[in-house]
This record gives sequence, structure tokens and C-alpha cells, in this order.
Amino acid sequence: MLEVNAVTKSFGGLAAVAAASLRVAEGGIVALIGPNGAGKTTLFAAISGFVAPDNGQILFNGAAITGLAPHLICRRGIVRTFQIVQPFGGLTVRENIVVGAHLRHAGRRKALMRAEEVARRVGLGELLDRPASALTVAGRKRLELARALATAPRLLLLDEVMAGLNPAEIDEIVRIIRDIRASGVTVFLIEHVMQAVVSLADYVYVLNQGEIIAQGSVSEIAAMPNVIEAYLGHGAAARMTTGAAGAVQ
Amino acid sequence: MTMRQGLAGGLVLVLALMAPLAIQSDFWLGFLITILLFAAMGMAWNILGGYAGQFSFGHAAFFGTGAYATSVLHIALGLNPWLGLLVAAAAGGTMGLLIGYLSFRYGLRGSYFALITLAFAEVLRILANTAGFTGGGVGLYLPLNIGVANMQFAGKAGYYYVALGLALASILIAWRLERSRLGAWLAAIRENEDAARALGVDTFACKLAAIGISGAMTGVGGWFYAHYYLYIDPEIAYGPGVSVEILLVAIVGGLGTVLGPLLGSVALHAAGELAQRLMGDTPGLNLIFYGVLLVVMVRLMPDGLAGLVRRWMRPAGGTQRA
Ligand SMILES: Nc1ncnc2c1ncn2[C@@H]1O[C@H](COP(=O)(O)OP(=O)(O)OP(=O)(O)O)[C@@H](O)[C@H]1O
Ligand SMILES: [Mg+2]
Repeated sequence: MLEVNAVTKSFGGLAAVAAASLRVAEGGIVALIGPNGAGKTTLFAAISGFVAPDNGQILFNGAAITGLAPHLICRRGIVRTFQIVQPFGGLTVRENIVVGAHLRHAGRRKALMRAEEVARRVGLGELLDRPASALTVAGRKRLELARALATAPRLLLLDEVMAGLNPAEIDEIVRIIRDIRASGVTVFLIEHVMQAVVSLADYVYVLNQGEIIAQGSVSEIAAMPNVIEAYLGHGAAARMTTGAAGAVQ
Repeated sequence: MTMRQGLAGGLVLVLALMAPLAIQSDFWLGFLITILLFAAMGMAWNILGGYAGQFSFGHAAFFGTGAYATSVLHIALGLNPWLGLLVAAAAGGTMGLLIGYLSFRYGLRGSYFALITLAFAEVLRILANTAGFTGGGVGLYLPLNIGVANMQFAGKAGYYYVALGLALASILIAWRLERSRLGAWLAAIRENEDAARALGVDTFACKLAAIGISGAMTGVGGWFYAHYYLYIDPEIAYGPGVSVEILLVAIVGGLGTVLGPLLGSVALHAAGELAQRLMGDTPGLNLIFYGVLLVVMVRLMPDGLAGLVRRWMRPAGGTQRA
């Protein structure tokens, strides 16, 4: 469904993403992990049209979308959330979600119905008339998710929607993401919360200093020495024994 | 809309329709006409500044273009003033699209956008001063020819009803906009442009639509002005005075609200009239007055008068807009 071919993006001299290639198959949940500053968000920004890659190609359902404007990419069915949440602070939860719903529904009534339906799905049904600025961190993350879902995407890019949440809230989001996948939406997520990656992802890519250094299933990744090194520094893998999976994060 | 709001609105409308029967004084009818005209134009500004969050300091560019378009064509080709309304709307709207295209294409926002609109209005003022067909600095006199078909009325009542129509139409447009997709998208752009783009909003197209609508409505304001006073010159049409007055009406009234500009226009002109009576007609006094008022409003009442009314109507503190 999504194909990223040797995409490079530099800021000044620094290559935030360096010839990264990956694939996301339809219907799955794929995770992108890697240490801070690895270039994960930049890669999402390239896929969603917020930054134009210096090099490389991005295909969605076989068609090139490299360098298209964000709103056109969204119309084709890829929507992103922001790591640093970007609510429409002066609007209510309902009005926030309606903005997304209007992408597929020109009429007000249909869009409002759609927004309410999405809000219930992510557990915001009771907070529809709250100002978005009054939400807790967990509420804002859900709102970010709800607005994106309201655009009726084929592929959902989630950038650390669990950061800053407590374990109960994480369990709830994990359940919601499963439910989203079950409804036929493909999910590609960046996550530092390994417990969530382990329970959700069918396939994992590891990005380090802009490069994809490993890929595979969760259990395959957990056993790779270069992944552990990327997270814990040079030589760490050698010092570690078999229980590596638990040590990540 | 609640029952109470509907009743209040209906009552105000009936009073407004009967006002010319009760008010015989030309002075006070003229005062109401000014209020209604600026309510309509404040609403035009509000669509761009209040709903879409793009502050313009140069709405005179649209006002003047509407005024000159209808006047020049009326004088030169005998264009009927009622048709002139459409011409002025088209001219103001086109000017809006032009300025919008040039500024939004290059991503101008905030104070840069405000300054560029001001610059456009100033350039137009200078052009109107030098061009031949605008009558230059002398201005244009529209021929006197009383008759409803010619949109010239013997008394002020006729003009009053036209101005009332403009104000009501502008309120209706804003009310429709608030409940439309474009309205939702403009609010999103005002709140967070990147988030809007991520959700599929074509921010450039939406901002163009907003400035086009705003320009057309303000052009109609210029149309009314020209046929009401039967005279325009570059200073009146394109000077900063009208730009400031329009934006003050919207800001005093309350940004992004349906009734704000009407309240703002009433308050601004009532206060202006009072100030003039108290302090006489000193040149420049009104500008000082506007400046002070703007600072006070922004500091003490950022929600404007509509915000006050909303709190008063709904003490429980709902979030719906007035
Ligand atoms: N707009 C920008 N201008 C300059 N440098 C940038 C910009 N965006 C990102 N970078 C740099 O690119 C690198 C990758 O950043 P990015 O945000 O993609 O990392 P990340 O993997 O998402 O990290 P984190 O886990 O902390 O979110 C960092 O060194 C960052 O400082
Ligand atoms: Mg990031």
C-alpha cells in the first residue's frame, strides 16, 4: 500500500532521513521505532507532504505522491497525527473533529454525525462540547486521533500517540488502534512505548540516524544486536544476555 | 438558536423596519444609515479577520474599488445603480482575489498580511489620485436624478432601507458561513494552519474564498456609499480612515461572531458621536479616539461586545457562539 524508496531529507548539513526504504502492507499495523532524533517524525512528514524529500520516491497504492501538498495526500487517504498535539484550541471537541469529517462530507449534518460517531469510537463521546483547550494530555491525544480518523483514511500515520499517557490510558489506546485496524484502516505508527509496539505491530522498522538499520517481526527485532546498540549505545549488545527484549525502553 | 434569541431578533427586526416612521429627523436617520453600512462592512471584515483569522488593514482597497467601479460606469456609460451593486460586488471580489492570491501564495500571515493589504490600499489611493477616469484628486460627482429606478430617494428613509438590507444580508451570509464546510475550515485555519492542512484542508483556496467574499461584500459597501453621498474622492474611497473604521467595528463587536459587527457599529458610532459633541469637531480627534478605543478593547474585552452579551444571555457559560 505504502512504499518508501530511498527517501533522503537533510536539514542544513544533517541528514535527518538518509536513503530510507520501507513498505507498509494493506491491512496491517507496522511500527517505526528508533532513538530520539532518529528521523522518524521527519519521515512521516515526508510521507504526508509536510516536507519535500531531497531524494527518493514515495508511492501510495502504486501512484507517486512524492512532494504533493499535504491536503492532496490527505484526500488520497493518508492522514497523520502530530507528535506535539495541535488541537484547534479555540474550538470545541466536536468542532475539531468536524473539520476532518468535512473532507468527505460537504454537508453539515452528515459531517456532524460522522464526527460524533468517531468521537464515540475513541472515547470522546462525553466531551463533545468541551473546548479542546480544556482536555487532558490523554484527551488531546485522542482528539488528534479522532480528527485524523474523521477524514476516513486508508492509511493512518500515528506519531507517538501514547507518549505521556499512564498504563491504563495506553491500554485503552491500544484497544482503540486494534479496533481501527479491524475496521480496515492500515496503521503505521511511531512509538517509544515498547509494550504497545509488542502487542500491536505485525512488522517493525528500526530507524537510527536516518537509516533503516533493522526490520522484522517484534521477536526478530528484539534479538538483533544492532537494534540494542542503537538504543543503548556502542557495545551494549555485547554486554547483554538473552533477556534483551525487556531491556528495550 | 434558542426561543429567546429568536424572539429578541424578531423584535429588533420589527423595530428596525419601523424606525423611519418614528424617526423623522434626517440627522438621526443618517446616523442609523452609517451604523448599518458599517455593520455590513464590519461583517465583511469579520469573515476574513474573525473567522479566518487574517487581519486586514486595507479594506479600503475593496470599498474604494466597489465605489469607483459603480460610479465610473454610471457616469460614463449610464450603468443603472441597482446593476451597479453587482458590478461593485464583482469588482471588490476580484480585488480581494488579486490581493489574496499575491499574499497567500507567498505565505504571508499575521502582521505581514496586514501590512500588505494596507500597502495595496495606499497604492490604489495614489493611482486614483493620478488617473484620469477617476477624476483624480477632485473626485467624482454622480449626477442627481431622483427616482427609485435610479436608486435616488427624496428622503433618507429609502437609503435607510437599502442599508438595512445590506446589514441583514451580511448577517445572513455570516450565519450561513458558520454552519458550512467553508466556515469550519476557516476556523481551523485561524486556529492552526498546519493541523488544518493535515486534515485535507486546502488552506490557500479557503483563504482565497474568504478574502473574495469579504472583498465583494465590502465593495457593495462602497457601492452604497457612492450612490448615497453622490460623491467620492481618493481619500474617502481608499484612505486609511475607512479601513480603520471597518476593522474597529469588527473588533469592538467581537471577532468571529454573527452579531458582533452590528453591536460594534452601534457602539463605535454612538461613542464617536458623543465624543464629538463633548469635544467639538477638532481634526484628527476621531483617530485618537479610535486608537484609544482599540487599545482598551483589546486589553479589557478581547471577546468584544458579543462576548459580553453571550455571557449575559448564557450565564452557565456555554461555548456556542452568539
Ligand atoms: N524543521 C527542521 N529543521 C532542522 N532540523 C530538523 C527539523 N526537523 C527535524 N530536524 C532534525 O532532524 C533530526 C530528526 O528529527 P525527528 O524529529 O525526525 O526525529 P524523531 O525520530 O522523530 O525523534 P523523537 O523520537 O525525539 O521524536 C533531529 O536531529 C532534528 O533536530
Ligand atoms: Mg518524533
